Amino acid sequence: MMRSDPRALQLNEHGQLKHFLTLDGLDKTILTEILDRAESFLSMGEQSVKKVPLLRGKTVVNLFFENSTRTRTTFELAAKRLSADVINLNIETSATSKGESLLDTLKNLEAMQSDMFVVRHSDSGAPHFIAEHCTPNVAIINAGDGRHAHPTQAMLDMLTIRRHKGSFEGLKVAIVGDILHSRVARSQLQALTTLGVNDVRLVGPKTLVPSFFEEMGATICFDLEAGLKDVDVIVMLRLQKERMKGALLPSESEFYRLYGLTEESLAWAKPDAIVMHPGPINRGVEISSEVADGDHSVILNQVTNGIAVRMAVMSMAMSGQLQSDEAPAVKDEK
Amino acid sequence: MKLRIQNGRLIDPSQGLDKVTDLFVENHKIVAIGEAPEGFDDAQVVDASEQWVLPGLVDLAVSLREPGFTQKGSIATEGRAAVSGGITTLISPPDTRPIVDTPAVAALIQDKADEAGMANVFPLGALTQGLEGVQLSNMVALTDAGCIALSNGRNGMANTKVLSRALEYAATHDLLVVFHPDEKSLSEGGCAHEGLMSTMHGLSGIPDTAETVALMRDLLLVEKTGVRAHFARLSCAKSVEMVADAKAAGLDVTADVAVHNLLLSDDVLNQFDGRYHVLPPLRSENDRLTLIEGIKQGVITAICSDHQPHEKMAKIAPFAATEPGMANVEILLPLAMQLMDEGDFDFSTLLSCLTSGPAACFGLEAGSLAVGSFADFVLFDSTARWSWSYEGRKTKGHNSPYFGEEFIGRVMSTYISGQQVYQAV
Repeated sequence: MMRSDPRALQLNEHGQLKHFLTLDGLDKTILTEILDRAESFLSMGEQSVKKVPLLRGKTVVNLFFENSTRTRTTFELAAKRLSADVINLNIETSATSKGESLLDTLKNLEAMQSDMFVVRHSDSGAPHFIAEHCTPNVAIINAGDGRHAHPTQAMLDMLTIRRHKGSFEGLKVAIVGDILHSRVARSQLQALTTLGVNDVRLVGPKTLVPSFFEEMGATICFDLEAGLKDVDVIVMLRLQKERMKGALLPSESEFYRLYGLTEESLAWAKPDAIVMHPGPINRGVEISSEVADGDHSVILNQVTNGIAVRMAVMSMAMSGQLQSDEAPAVKDEK
Repeated sequence: MKLRIQNGRLIDPSQGLDKVTDLFVENHKIVAIGEAPEGFDDAQVVDASEQWVLPGLVDLAVSLREPGFTQKGSIATEGRAAVSGGITTLISPPDTRPIVDTPAVAALIQDKADEAGMANVFPLGALTQGLEGVQLSNMVALTDAGCIALSNGRNGMANTKVLSRALEYAATHDLLVVFHPDEKSLSEGGCAHEGLMSTMHGLSGIPDTAETVALMRDLLLVEKTGVRAHFARLSCAKSVEMVADAKAAGLDVTADVAVHNLLLSDDVLNQFDGRYHVLPPLRSENDRLTLIEGIKQGVITAICSDHQPHEKMAKIAPFAATEPGMANVEILLPLAMQLMDEGDFDFSTLLSCLTSGPAACFGLEAGSLAVGSFADFVLFDSTARWSWSYEGRKTKGHNSPYFGEEFIGRVMSTYISGQQVYQAV
């Protein structure tokens, strides 16, 4: 029995989102709809009453198998502003526990009759797995899986770009740093190419930028100056300290010297370039304090936009679930 | 007992035979082809009209999971699965629990196989104790106890000096060593071929250099020590080239490939479907096509099922957390025949890779219908359309992407030493 295509897995029969697992396979129309809807929620954040009743009576479970205070908090806020009840579960996975525990955890949570799982997991594809094995009518939102995808982060970055640049046409974007391990970079690349950006540069040494990204529509630059030349948007990625141990880099100082974003290197970009970072930032490792706190930086706007984008995605997936005519399928457990 | 297999199409690559005729069996052996020998008037007759009569298949890689992992399979269940696929001789890897590093474990496996009365089982013995790559196993005692060859299995050999010594020692006693070329420092933590698919989907990659770096080292050591060597489960284009070059340079080495590496490439990984998690991984389309070319050129002379049965839960997890392997021993022949559709393979070449080819790699007297051979053969209906179902499977394993697939060509019955051990219902 062939399984459903994961691209189809997240859409209902009307082509609406019912899960949000990956940007792979989503077209420009859906991505634009997410941005437009997020835009409408943004103004709401400034009002004294910040709630809408779109998820009233629904239970959202933040299912974090990997710790992340920031992402979990913005999802929690987004759900609460949609009037949902929110449960936070931090489940540390032990190295030995395999699928049993994940499946067992799911069965337990299903018994609580939740309506939405927001999932972060260290295994790529874990949200797909959950969407396939979960009771139908529960929406799964990917809050970051392994190195695979972080679609809400990418969409909040797109919203940030659109709000600053107006549109995506003709933009030049550089993503700098540890591309290899970055689910953010993968999702950003998909979002950017779908939205019509055809100059996306991935910048870093060969150890952190696999050549296969070229086949995904990016240009690879090993030199920071070439990578930043005339770009409109710079995305700096966080460099995890443990990368030094894996022999991927000699040292933080050498990385900063070659790929760190400083006022000097920022000057290679367009004068009105914006600087983004998914956070948390490592000052003096991938970005200087002057740049992180400077005029070009939109890092804090990203956080605000993150709540709006998550509200948009959660409300769309919930409505896609409710409008799905599909009878609850009998699970194929082969 | 005398047996006359009448009017079947006998196809035997070992003798270049392909004709409709009769096969005669007496005292467990094939005694004649064509004309009946004297005294066969009262022989039991099996009508094989419209059927193919093939040598029993020889599968170089069937994990029986016993002792130690009987939740996944047993010698009885996997032996039964094997004969239902027409496999009459199989080789089992040393990674049981306990490991096959003592004569007692080797004897246990063979005793249980005899008791089950299914396929002929030849265990591989461990090349090093506990497969740890530190201390040599008692190689001679192991082969005396029935181990057909020695291997460190999928554990790799981190220490090149120990490997070199092990090969010298094996060469001293003219023992065959089976290599699974894998440089662990490069493959560790990986679950998929390092390429576009693994990059896109964020799956940790296993570069082809994990195989080729080890293979180059192994070939150099084989050349130096003069040990008899077989390379198991090649998966990379470059490996085919390297083995071809070694053979051209006069090195006496053989190689096999798992049938799924010939049929599937890493394209299937877009679904995060753990059923496609295998080791070595499904590689690129170019690798797959080069492996097929390697068979056509005679560089690879054996196709195996690399049967790895698992319990259900082993595959119910996100991709990287699933256990690697597929359980396809029952469908090895019809699966391999799918290659005929895309390549310009003739059936005889394909069949030789499932019979005389693998037998020759290990010096086994099997995989042939020649007069004087043991009467291990298969009656095969080449036009039968049938579906292999999860419910109807013989293996204890739950893990195959091929359940529900329709095949053309079906093993109808299997004979070992003239005894019928399987009949399709």
